[in-house]
Amino acid sequence: MTDTTLSAPARTERVTNFRFSATETLKHVCLILGAVIVLLPFYVMLSYSFKSPSEIMTNTGGFFGAQELFRDDYCIKLGNEVADCMVKPWIYNYTTAFSKAPLLRYLMNGVIVTASIFFIQVLVALPCAYALAKLRWRGRETVFSLVLFCLLIPVHAIALPLYIMLAKLGLTNTYAALIVPWTISVFGIFLMRQFFMTVPDDLIDAARMDGMSEFGIIWQVMLPTAIPALLAFAIFSVVAHWNDYFWPRIVITGTRELFTPPLGLREFKGDADGDNFGPMMATATVIVTPLIVAFMLAQRRFIEGITLTGMK
Amino acid sequence: MASIALKHISKSFGDTQVLKNVDLDIHAGEFLTLVGPSGCGKSTLLRILAGLEAPNDGRIEIGGAHMNAVRASERNLAMVFQSYALYPHLTVAENMMTPLKLRDLTMLERAPVVGPILARKKYHALMGQVEATAKVLKIEELLGRKPGQLSGGQRQRAALGRAMVRKPVAFLMDEPLSNLDAELRVHMRAELVQLHQSLGVTFVYVTHDQAEALTMSDRMAVMRNGHIMQLDTPHLIYTRPDTLEVAKFIGSPQINVFEGEAANGSVRLAGKALSLRVDPALSGPVHIGVRAEHLLIEPAARAAGLSGKVTYQENLGSDVFCHVALMDGKAKMIARMAAGGGKSFEVGDEVNVRFATEHALIFGRDGARLEVESKAKPEPLQRKVA
Ligand SMILES: Nc1ncnc2c1ncn2[C@@H]1O[C@H](COP(=O)(O)OP(=O)(O)OP(=O)(O)O)[C@@H](O)[C@H]1O
Ligand SMILES: [Mg+2]
Repeated sequence: MTDTTLSAPARTERVTNFRFSATETLKHVCLILGAVIVLLPFYVMLSYSFKSPSEIMTNTGGFFGAQELFRDDYCIKLGNEVADCMVKPWIYNYTTAFSKAPLLRYLMNGVIVTASIFFIQVLVALPCAYALAKLRWRGRETVFSLVLFCLLIPVHAIALPLYIMLAKLGLTNTYAALIVPWTISVFGIFLMRQFFMTVPDDLIDAARMDGMSEFGIIWQVMLPTAIPALLAFAIFSVVAHWNDYFWPRIVITGTRELFTPPLGLREFKGDADGDNFGPMMATATVIVTPLIVAFMLAQRRFIEGITLTGMK
Repeated sequence: MASIALKHISKSFGDTQVLKNVDLDIHAGEFLTLVGPSGCGKSTLLRILAGLEAPNDGRIEIGGAHMNAVRASERNLAMVFQSYALYPHLTVAENMMTPLKLRDLTMLERAPVVGPILARKKYHALMGQVEATAKVLKIEELLGRKPGQLSGGQRQRAALGRAMVRKPVAFLMDEPLSNLDAELRVHMRAELVQLHQSLGVTFVYVTHDQAEALTMSDRMAVMRNGHIMQLDTPHLIYTRPDTLEVAKFIGSPQINVFEGEAANGSVRLAGKALSLRVDPALSGPVHIGVRAEHLLIEPAARAAGLSGKVTYQENLGSDVFCHVALMDGKAKMIARMAAGGGKSFEVGDEVNVRFATEHALIFGRDGARLEVESKAKPEPLQRKVA
């Protein structure tokens, strides 16, 4: 977003004094604009999750809304007294989010699916990456170029054949349908291979001299040294599959039991009372929160992993 | 302790042949150094011996047993790497314990959490071995640290410790000192030699530093382009090199080479016969090698020897290396003189270069050293070139 060639002279000055610098200011303006563009939808989501329907429609009430009591029409339909059906908007939004759809169940499904996917991906990717980076065998370069080639295949292109295969096997509407297609991550193999290339050969030879088997080397030597890279991969993988709407929408057709959180959002879309944005945004907030918290916790190591600082 | 024999070892990587029919006999308990310029195949030979690389051809024997098909870990050798290759996520103690665990414990006993509970006694015994080794190397206080928190020298010791705990029949070391600073390197040389003496185990030591090879080894093998050119004691390699190449590689500064002519059993340099005798059948150009410390430089006034001009002087404190360009050609000679030893020259001085013929090494046209008989032997004081 910023012009990095401008930054070099500015940076040297910044350390010593705080003079006004046009390039520095420009950079920050650009960055702030970018941040606003990225954050605005989140702001709207959070804000709507607090407001009453009328405030959302008329776009009033600021960030938090006035939090005046409003009448819950659904509650009245059920035959309750009007006085009993007056609710605070944010409480209404969040309770509806959890009561109208089994959001906890969806969250649990999300955890099961993303964790299984990541676990199996690592189980597959580490030995593959090790073989591609550190073992010498005929055809290694060819296989690696195949891996690179597979990186270029968009998932949507193979979704239909995949679906047909799963359907023929009778696996649609199961956890397996959600997990199996993602267990081999070429991106993971590629990322870990690049990291393993930086691990010195001597370390592996030392392990061999100590009597470790090749699988022993993978799990006891390569895995611990690759934690930063694995963390980076974890974030990519978990974010992608936690937020995935496309694939679960295809293979989970009947049972609500197997819905993942993004599918849960659909529950609020276009039902008889019209769109119910407040609870919908509350659901969205609940769904993204785990990811944001996880990122905050792993932020430092994540950045380490992205820059792939090897080992010393 | 075990003798090691490498027989007709050949190794190629693709089209490049790295080792060409290498034969090497290593005596039990000796300190043998493989020395040679970068890329000559020293590490490859060591890795073949270790079992980390398979030779294309040849036979490896350790203690008389055929080892070609035996896995690296079962050859009971220990290797110390240039980069130390300690496991970065384990403490020094865990690093040292790893080879023991892998050798002495079953899979279940090695398992985390459960293992140490099941096999408490065994773990205790292993820890005892680790501590004993650490004591020998004086790294007891480092046992709890991770490699990242150690200095280069400490890492070096930890790597040695990991090699030692297993009590291997031989240590293989691949340039273990080259990542240390000069002072520590000299210190560690002495320590390694002491360690060798106290353990009495075979050491095979790879280096490209001839000073290490000369000071540490019982015998040294000089390698070049994938073969061993000479295998002998450091003293014999230095004083009696088999070929001009060995003579040039070993010794610093490099040996001085004069171009002479052999005919009728005598060698002539710049038209004058040297007081030594060679095989009368030999005739044609020969190389005369003279070590820097045997080259004498004198003021031009004394008209014996070859004339030249001082081009540069290197003062090393104890010694002065005096570079002389000979007048008759482009040949450059280096003489080593004691500093402040009376004679001193300025750059640009015209000088005479002489040497004592009994120290001269004569090499034939193919580079092989020729046996000579010195005529000057009975009167060593009369050192005359011509
Ligand atoms: N795995 C390999 N694949 C291809 N060529 C290799 C391989 N390992 C070594 N070589 C080549 O073999 C030759 C000898 O390598 P080696 O590592 O034995 O040299 P060295 O004598 O140890 O040198 P140095 O002193 O620099 O460590 C080099 O030319 C090197 O390029
Ligand atoms: Mg080497």
